[in-house]
Amino acid sequence: MEIKKTALAGTLESSDVQVMISPNESGLTIDLVSDVKKQFGKAIVARVKQVLSAYDITDATVKIVDKGALDSVIKARMIAAVQRALDIVEEPKWEVL
Amino acid sequence: MLKQDRLRRTMMFVPGNNPAMLKDAGIYGADAIMFDLEDAVAISEKDAARYLVYEMVKNVDFGQAELVVRINGLDTPYWQNDVRAMVKAGIDVIRLPKVETADMMTDLTIMILLAEKEFGRQAGETKVMAAIESALGVLNARKIAMSCQGRMMGIALSGMDYTKDMGTHRYPDGQELHFARNMVLHAARAAKIAAFDTVFTDMNDEAGFIRETQLIYQLGYDGKSVINPRQIPLVNLIYQPTKSEVLAAQAVVAASKAAAEKGTGVLSLNGQMIDRPVVLQAEKVLQLAKATHLVDEKGNDIEK
Repeated sequence: MEIKKTALAGTLESSDVQVMISPNESGLTIDLVSDVKKQFGKAIVARVKQVLSAYDITDATVKIVDKGALDSVIKARMIAAVQRALDIVEEPKWEVL
Repeated sequence: MLKQDRLRRTMMFVPGNNPAMLKDAGIYGADAIMFDLEDAVAISEKDAARYLVYEMVKNVDFGQAELVVRINGLDTPYWQNDVRAMVKAGIDVIRLPKVETADMMTDLTIMILLAEKEFGRQAGETKVMAAIESALGVLNARKIAMSCQGRMMGIALSGMDYTKDMGTHRYPDGQELHFARNMVLHAARAAKIAAFDTVFTDMNDEAGFIRETQLIYQLGYDGKSVINPRQIPLVNLIYQPTKSEVLAAQAVVAASKAAAEKGTGVLSLNGQMIDRPVVLQAEKVLQLAKATHLVDEKGNDIEK
């Protein structure tokens, strides 16, 4: 699916993660900022890619600022950001949850 | 599974869009945890909070606590997706705010049943509770409590909105809630469901909180809504039985067991007749004693 607009979800509070998704010409550009990037960077990026692929998104720029979020929180914030970017906030894709 | 006999001394409110508070919600020993998608969540974040609570309910172990979610009201565009997400997550109880009529609870359960079918949950598995927040709601409390047979877990009084509706506000002595507290409690008892008292918001007035909790304990409430983990041990202390109550309850239960083994119906203990309500009351006391670690699982006194 095609990203319609730039969307933001999550906060910069402790245990949260802020995700910004915007349109990209081709391919995925993922930019991660995290104090625990060395330890969990791979897992965080894998989770980001998993949610994007669940929505069939192949072209997107994703900026993630992690404040020590659990994997479940990253997933929830990614889903919120993607739904907003695709402009389908009112019709959630339940199978992705 | 709804257990009518489970303890519900505390129901802790947790803001639905706050990951730090959500992930720690299970460690304070609340009997029930209420994830809030309504007042604690900004309009612009309703969708995000719904996904966050969904993921936390699915993936975090909250121990023995009963998991409740307060969805947005029937007058908002959010409640149906709230219901679907929470039913899919497998929440124990859905709490509807601002309930004024039994019909509102019926509308809620119709949506829940659809969601249970959609997501392959057992029909009737998701329980409901009603928050009474207005004069009309209080006057209809009996019909509300009697609605949704089989799904109804309890009703709660929400003092803030109620006092606003009544044209007053919360006072430290709580006289303004006198009628509503008794009405809600009677409705709950008549329907054999749980009754929860309103929150106490002034964290600096511990004496006031204790006074109010003692009052609702005396009235017969199952428990109190709490907004801060610090309030949980205070409530539990008030609901904790005394040593003599525990000893008397143990004697009653033992006598009742002995009588059952002998096949006698009516029994007496120290010359007093013991009937079923007395035995049930004694079992409740022992359940509370176990929960507050006065006795262990086998009923042995832990202090010794």
